Amino acid sequence: MGVEIKVENLTKSFGRQLIWGDVTLTVPAGEICVMLGPSGTGKSVFLKSLIGLLKPDRGSIVIEGTDIASCSERELYEIRKLFGVLFQDGAMFGSMNLYDNVAFPLREHTRKSESEVRQVVMEKMDLVGLVGSEDKLPGEISGGMRKRAGLARALVLDPEIVLFDEPDSGLDPVRTAFLNQLIVDLNAQIDATFLIVTHDINTARTVPDNIGLLYHKHLAMFGPREMLLSSEEPVVRQFLNAQRVGPIGMSEEKDADELAAEADQELPPLPPIPLQLEPSNGIPRRSQREPGGWCRENGVTPPPGSFSPGMAMATGA
Amino acid sequence: MASTTARLLAPVGAAGSLFAFALDVARGLFRRPFQLREFIQQAWFVASVTIIPTALVAIPFGAVIALQVGGLIRQFGAESFTGSASVLAVVQQAAPIATALLIAGAGGSAIAADLGARKIREELDAMMVLGIDPIQRLVVPRVLATMLVAVFLNGLVSVVGVAGGYVFNVVLQDGTPGAYIASFTALAQLPDIWIGLVKALIFGLIAAVVASYKGMNAGGGPKGVGDAVNESVVITFLLLFIANFVLSAVYLQIVPPKGG
Repeated sequence: MGVEIKVENLTKSFGRQLIWGDVTLTVPAGEICVMLGPSGTGKSVFLKSLIGLLKPDRGSIVIEGTDIASCSERELYEIRKLFGVLFQDGAMFGSMNLYDNVAFPLREHTRKSESEVRQVVMEKMDLVGLVGSEDKLPGEISGGMRKRAGLARALVLDPEIVLFDEPDSGLDPVRTAFLNQLIVDLNAQIDATFLIVTHDINTARTVPDNIGLLYHKHLAMFGPREMLLSSEEPVVRQFLNAQRVGPIGMSEEKDADELAAEADQELPPLPPIPLQLEPSNGIPRRSQREPGGWCRENGVTPPPGSFSPGMAMATGA
Repeated sequence: MASTTARLLAPVGAAGSLFAFALDVARGLFRRPFQLREFIQQAWFVASVTIIPTALVAIPFGAVIALQVGGLIRQFGAESFTGSASVLAVVQQAAPIATALLIAGAGGSAIAADLGARKIREELDAMMVLGIDPIQRLVVPRVLATMLVAVFLNGLVSVVGVAGGYVFNVVLQDGTPGAYIASFTALAQLPDIWIGLVKALIFGLIAAVVASYKGMNAGGGPKGVGDAVNESVVITFLLLFIANFVLSAVYLQIVPPKGG
């Protein structure tokens, strides 16, 4: 069914350095959300706070009535059973082969017999296309395979919430496309809440229902995909279209001189909004909205050429 | 001013978090299910990295004691007590210390490196996210395994040390085999073995807890793991020698020396 994650006024700092402050957002149940942000804005820190690996300084994260930021260790371990997490490098246990890795949560948390375990593990391995590699050790396979194996392990307990930490980093464009399709298909199939942390804008433009943008120690914007893709807000516009013109500089923020220098530069027009990726397994996604729906409801004119089928995935001008 | 206070208090904080970690481990001891498989694997692993070096260290250890004590005792004209003195020194002091050095140097560093590597590869995070407490799943079996192996190693060092002492005393110092063996119980007594075992048990506990703590708190990539291993060995040595002093002092107060 999927579970809602309600984040309120979340603030986290390491020592005296503020990572981000007052982040408030609600990840709707069963929908796919992408959290974007330039490198080093604390996207992974945000993800780790959501699963209670890092304690935020202030604020609350409420999942099914439990506040992760302040609950006891015992409650935390209980609530984590709702989660499946894909870590950046897969975080496979190096001493076990892939089969044992994927079977690990089942053996620890359920009383399934070995044959039932085998059935579930093989089903998930098939889902991520790793049948035949069960006996390999994590050190023997490529980064992409480790990632897919990590995904199989994250899915094995039928989670209500799946978190992805940069699923596309270090993958080639073809594998990224396959992985994105897999994410959409999975969402249709298991109906869980998905949160993807990434800085790949192709993923961000085509996969999610909602997009959030972390920038300069705060949540710059969070909302439906079409809202952000048609936004004229300088930071959102710059990032989602991978442009150099805008407030984001090479090192975090541009200074006043640089901004003044480009004040009279003409901004390139917003590229058309691409169609959202549809499930390929024929199961409709509950949270899929019709293309252009949000724009119509809110009286926003999408950039010309938007939502045309077969449109090339534009990544900015 | 505030930063000076903070810097002065930092070691207290580190000691406190190590102690808190030890308490977590103690609590994990009683949490079911007990990880029997991991315990056996770890016991085998720690034993396999320590047995041979320990035996090799034990021989010269016993020999040095035999040479030193043997020479000293001959000056007093009490050759008949050579065996007893060397048993006393080996069983009460040398065996637990040699065990401690090997457990910390070989076993502890391996544990710290293993857990540190898991930490930086996010394996520990992944485990926590899968709803499994790494302290209960990984640390408790390692601590128990190290304590068990420490006790056995202590026995090994005692036997090899005394045997080494025998060889050096009889072969190199022209001692009489009969006198060496016959005098065993003249000064040494049964509680000497018990204190040796208790020391080994406690040294194993300290070494494993410190190594696990340092490993699980490694940070900053491969260099962090190296630092964690290094720190864990140094801290363990310091703690072990302090613990050895305290235990010896208490023991000598409680159990009066034989024939004194």
